[in-house]
Amino acid sequence: MAPLRPQPAFPENDTQPFWDATKKHELTYQTCDRCNEVIFYPRRHCTSCGSDQNTWHVSQGLGSVYTFSVIMQSRHPAFKDLGAYAVAYVDLDEGFRIMTNIVGIQDPTTDIQCGMRVKLRWEDQGDGEVSLPMFEPA
Amino acid sequence: MPQDRTAAIVGIHEYPLRVVGSDISALQIKAASAAKALEDAGFAWKDVDAVYDTGSDQGIGGLGISEYFGFKPSIIDNTSVGGSSFEFHANHARRMIEAGKCNLALITYGSTSHSDRRAIGTAGATGGGPSNLFRNMEDPWGLTLIGNYAMVKMRHKFQYGTTDEQFAAISVATRRHAMRNPEAVKAMTDLEFVGVNEISVADVLDSRTVAYPLHLLECCMVSDGGGAVLVASAEMARNARKKPVWIIGGGEATKYRENGGDITVSAGAQSGPVAFQDAGVSPSEIDILMAYDSFTITVMCMIEDLGFCQKGEGGAFVSDGRLDYDNPGKPAINTDGGGLSSNHPGARGIFLLMEATRQLRGESTSQVANAKLAVAVGNGGQLGSRHATGATILAAD
Ligand SMILES: [Zn+2]
Repeated sequence: MAPLRPQPAFPENDTQPFWDATKKHELTYQTCDRCNEVIFYPRRHCTSCGSDQNTWHVSQGLGSVYTFSVIMQSRHPAFKDLGAYAVAYVDLDEGFRIMTNIVGIQDPTTDIQCGMRVKLRWEDQGDGEVSLPMFEPA
Repeated sequence: MPQDRTAAIVGIHEYPLRVVGSDISALQIKAASAAKALEDAGFAWKDVDAVYDTGSDQGIGGLGISEYFGFKPSIIDNTSVGGSSFEFHANHARRMIEAGKCNLALITYGSTSHSDRRAIGTAGATGGGPSNLFRNMEDPWGLTLIGNYAMVKMRHKFQYGTTDEQFAAISVATRRHAMRNPEAVKAMTDLEFVGVNEISVADVLDSRTVAYPLHLLECCMVSDGGGAVLVASAEMARNARKKPVWIIGGGEATKYRENGGDITVSAGAQSGPVAFQDAGVSPSEIDILMAYDSFTITVMCMIEDLGFCQKGEGGAFVSDGRLDYDNPGKPAINTDGGGLSSNHPGARGIFLLMEATRQLRGESTSQVANAKLAVAVGNGGQLGSRHATGATILAAD
């Protein structure tokens, strides 16, 4: 079995609710109750006004590739034998930007473009553990 | 507006070896370099009354580093913002000197990254250490440090049509300068570079892709090294052994991954204009630009964001040999050979101050004729996620 990717580690209060939701295959983000700012990465406070009153939402999982790189060389045991793989920032339609992988493509150096529409695909990490949000062409 | 003449760089020392093995530690590199920089300035160990150091090497912190040296400084500043820490330090030191709080500030750096065999570029994105929100939201997808910068290059190519050939021009000019610098030639030799020689655009594009779209010859080396810089008050500077190199402007800023943000715009777009306004000079007047070259994309962003050309026009700007030390078009760039081809032990910012100083003293191996103004712009952290950009503007009398 391939070595496990780096996993989110807990306790870590700001991101734990996000990762708990991935177990239900829900991609979540927050908005501020006071100023409506979209907050991401998850935090207890609003990064625009400092309020600690915010609301969690579930994303529809649709967005576009903002930018990406194809990693040809990684020394981490989970990735070093994977072959070329794509890491990207994806802009979700709800207004937040997430780091992720682009999967479901033949050749990552030719089949991905900035601006390309993508949709969410989950990759479970083990029994009852967190699931990683990834994206594939929509 | 007359240029500021309140604080000057009066002493420098770049530790000459890039592969130190187990003979010397990071702390010992700092102390050895401090002694040499004081010799360069003509001042004594006991004259130092302010210590600027990230405090992050060998885990002894800001209190420990002062004790290690044997100083009893009235100012300790451990600002730690990666490779740009040293521009932050120089700017802070100038302001403290202006305020009359100290007279001779020592800035130090030491690292044994190469000998420790730290896989800086191709290990995980955020490295080891305790869990935090950034590691939790970034590490699972396998982004490497080089991939982080490659994402910025990708967006720059997409947004502005910048070509790989244009990015490669930065590597070509920098290597040309490195080949004129014996310490850089020794560094590349000791680090077993394939081909210690001038390179062409084709060489860069033919080198292997480490993280698409970044080629190997667009990436900095991983060396050992370090050094020291001394910043003195005007009164002390007038008594220094060599002519003072005045700090006339400074700016510092940070930038993060932001929802909807433009990843091609660095924190330099904020700190650069602040520094130029502080100095009362414009980018077109600058003779030498010492821009942090972790990767070609970093230099491209610094050139644009500091206002040497319009945003997105850096590709055309760097072409046609403009960056060469002997090209009539300003500015000459990274005339010591840069992090790409001379010295990058993980945090290069201090070397930018040193080569800018050499140029304004007339001591560079790729000396720009009649050099009067230089900018050192450090970029620390990682360009595509969170980073700091510190700009320091320097002038000769
Ligand atoms: Zn708010």
